[in-house]
Amino acid sequence: MPVRVQIEDFDVSRELAQLRGDNRAVGAVAAFIGTVRDVNDDARVASMTLEHYPGMTEKALAAIVDEAKSRWNIVDALVVHRVGALAPSDQIVLVGVTSAHRGEAFAACEFIVDYLKTRAPFWKKEQTPSGARWVEARATDDEAAARWHTPRGPAT
Amino acid sequence: MRDSDAFTVSLVYLARLREAFGKSSERAEVPTGVTSVAALRTWLAARGGVWATELAPGRAVRIAVNHTLAQPDTPVRPGDEVAIFPPVTGG
Repeated sequence: MPVRVQIEDFDVSRELAQLRGDNRAVGAVAAFIGTVRDVNDDARVASMTLEHYPGMTEKALAAIVDEAKSRWNIVDALVVHRVGALAPSDQIVLVGVTSAHRGEAFAACEFIVDYLKTRAPFWKKEQTPSGARWVEARATDDEAAARWHTPRGPAT
Repeated sequence: MRDSDAFTVSLVYLARLREAFGKSSERAEVPTGVTSVAALRTWLAARGGVWATELAPGRAVRIAVNHTLAQPDTPVRPGDEVAIFPPVTGG
């Protein structure tokens, strides 16, 4: 199963082992793990809650993985994204990509993360000393995703 | 209330907009002239108050029709599920 949304934590080693399986065509595994920082926009973050849009989330993630598979010659890809209550240093998201060679795995992994951050319906609400606040989207995330709008991604 | 000049859609509100609007979903009777995402946004903004504020032109709002991100000219049809939410912040 290439995409999952879950409350529980995930075991990176186990997830990547399952992604690889016993496929001997795999020569590279690239992984990105997003974690909760204790400071955001100059405020201490005590905890956060991640909300999503059930029904759309899995569909959006699957579409991003399919897009990655159509752009790069990768073997497989995995997205596990947590929702619910999270604390600093908790794991939020795992993106894993397998391919024959590292270049495709690195590129596809970065693409999936960039698209996920601008297209998958998740929202973070932080608890800070001055109260709860919804995290604002960053222009830098839009810019990161826009780099891939050309067919093969960042050219220079 | 229901007549031939209106159709029903399911509206879903998420994250900050769910809190601002004070509800997570509703079934709405939409005038038949409202045929696109942009028209639906304008129609909802005409409710005034927080609706007008949050859905005003220039405010960053994302809209999905039947679980797919939509553009302003995306059609809205009877029975559609239309979700309205702020720019996403996952990952």
